[in-house]
Amino acid sequence: MWENQYLKRLLAAPLLFLAACGTGSQPKPEAAAVQNLPAAHVDPATAGSITGRITFAGTPPAMPVIDFSSNPQCERAHKTPWKAETVVVNPNGTLSNVFVWIKDGLPPARWDAPSEPAHLDQNGCIYEPHVLGIMEGQPLEILNSDPVNHNVHAESKVNAAWNESQPPRAEHKFKRFDSAEVLFPVTCSVHPWMKSYIGVSPHPFFAVTGAEGTFTLKGVPPGTYTVEAVHEKYGRKEGKLTLEAGGKATIDFAYGS
Amino acid sequence: MEANNPYRRGLHRWSILLACCTLLLVVAGGLVTSRDAGLSVPDWPLSYGKLMPPMEGGILYEHGHRMVATTVGLFTIVSMIWILRTERRRWLRWLGVAALVAVIAQGVLGGMTVLFLLPWWISTSHACLAQLFFSTTVAIALFTSDWWLAGPETIHEDERHPIRGLSLLAPVSVLGQLALGAAARHKAIGTIFHISFSPVVTGVILWVSLRILLHYPRHRELRRGAVTLLGITFCQVFLGIAAYMTRIAYADAVQPMPLMVTFTVIHVAVGALTMAASVALAILVRRNVPAISSGFAGARAVAAG
Repeated sequence: MWENQYLKRLLAAPLLFLAACGTGSQPKPEAAAVQNLPAAHVDPATAGSITGRITFAGTPPAMPVIDFSSNPQCERAHKTPWKAETVVVNPNGTLSNVFVWIKDGLPPARWDAPSEPAHLDQNGCIYEPHVLGIMEGQPLEILNSDPVNHNVHAESKVNAAWNESQPPRAEHKFKRFDSAEVLFPVTCSVHPWMKSYIGVSPHPFFAVTGAEGTFTLKGVPPGTYTVEAVHEKYGRKEGKLTLEAGGKATIDFAYGS
Repeated sequence: MEANNPYRRGLHRWSILLACCTLLLVVAGGLVTSRDAGLSVPDWPLSYGKLMPPMEGGILYEHGHRMVATTVGLFTIVSMIWILRTERRRWLRWLGVAALVAVIAQGVLGGMTVLFLLPWWISTSHACLAQLFFSTTVAIALFTSDWWLAGPETIHEDERHPIRGLSLLAPVSVLGQLALGAAARHKAIGTIFHISFSPVVTGVILWVSLRILLHYPRHRELRRGAVTLLGITFCQVFLGIAAYMTRIAYADAVQPMPLMVTFTVIHVAVGALTMAASVALAILVRRNVPAISSGFAGARAVAAG
């Protein structure tokens, strides 16, 4: 990819006067500021948990079946029709793929990111998972399990956006995001139905709802928090709660068509 | 001046071929945007580090666009060399050079929009320059024709219904409308701006064309030019409506739908034809209707309608 970087600089040089227009892909300075904060410490004796449920009211929208025919190898990977995952309503009336996180209320601190990478796979010309939560600075390992070429385009606005190819059997890619950003899409232009969303959190208190439509944030210090739920189609909802020392707090969110 | 230039059938046919290939290039570019394939090949000028990547999915459209663009670039080089070697008309020689500069700039803009992840101002510039370049190739084909070299059939400008200045308004307004459409396609602005301006540009085209048909009806070239522009614009309005309706119908689609892609790409291509027709009409007006002070020396005068 160094050739692309070189070409970018070469082409950008005579266009500096247009820099004010910007590409929206420059990293923000907040990332550096976080490094100067004290390390976060949670006393296990007082830590509690926040749980909740994301319900969906009304008739779930019918999701279109993806047409894989532009690439026979993608088509062969699916024996049964595969529906888009934009809105996945579970049988119990809850909503999958909702990113939930503590948006506000934690004391300013630097939370160390886990060294274990989060994973994003391209399998059957579909991104797995559809919505991924990751911490600032945590490695993201991107795999291509398909026998076809993909490009991976992180359409982030706060973090630097990037677009790279990933041929079949290529080495895994490792990326990091240095600033909090909830949510941004990751797309593949080779297969335009492929879309995933990433939520980058500055702390470890986030979750993505699954087949039960529930979430649990563990090890949260006591305090009063704003919790936010974010869905790719139905947008953002937030609520406030107070977590007592060693206690459990519950907050539910309701979406609908 | 034209009388000193012999007609070169080969150059004229080559110019027509270049214009046709350029229209094909506009279609290929429209397909890239409509199929959301603009970033399917992240590197440039190579594709996946190769001259010929596997043509699958969006790569087919993006790399196919690059292949057609390379062909047009090579054809433009040949065209410029041919013009420089054979043409006596100084302004046409410069036009040949300008076409080559434009196609090179267009290639660089295309590469930049890939490397910088489709910033709207580069992508929109790329789309607008494509339209201007196509009009340039059509103009070169016009200038190298035997019909052009036969000289103008000049006609007095009707002082009550002047046409020279007005004829320039059509290509300017069409270019503005194309820029709005390109900006909307690259998500810089809402489609509403493109839709709102369409009555204005249609009105300008009607104004210019009807003025020619009503007040200069006996001039065959102008009449044909006006009717052609009117016909293309008529089609373009309905194509625009169809393209918009398919976008609304497939607003929740998770991938580009064939009907939406088809109408949108045809709308882009006919937009290029509208631009070229308005440029050609302006050229014909300025050639056949001299400024009142410039007289009619050496021209075949036709009485005004």
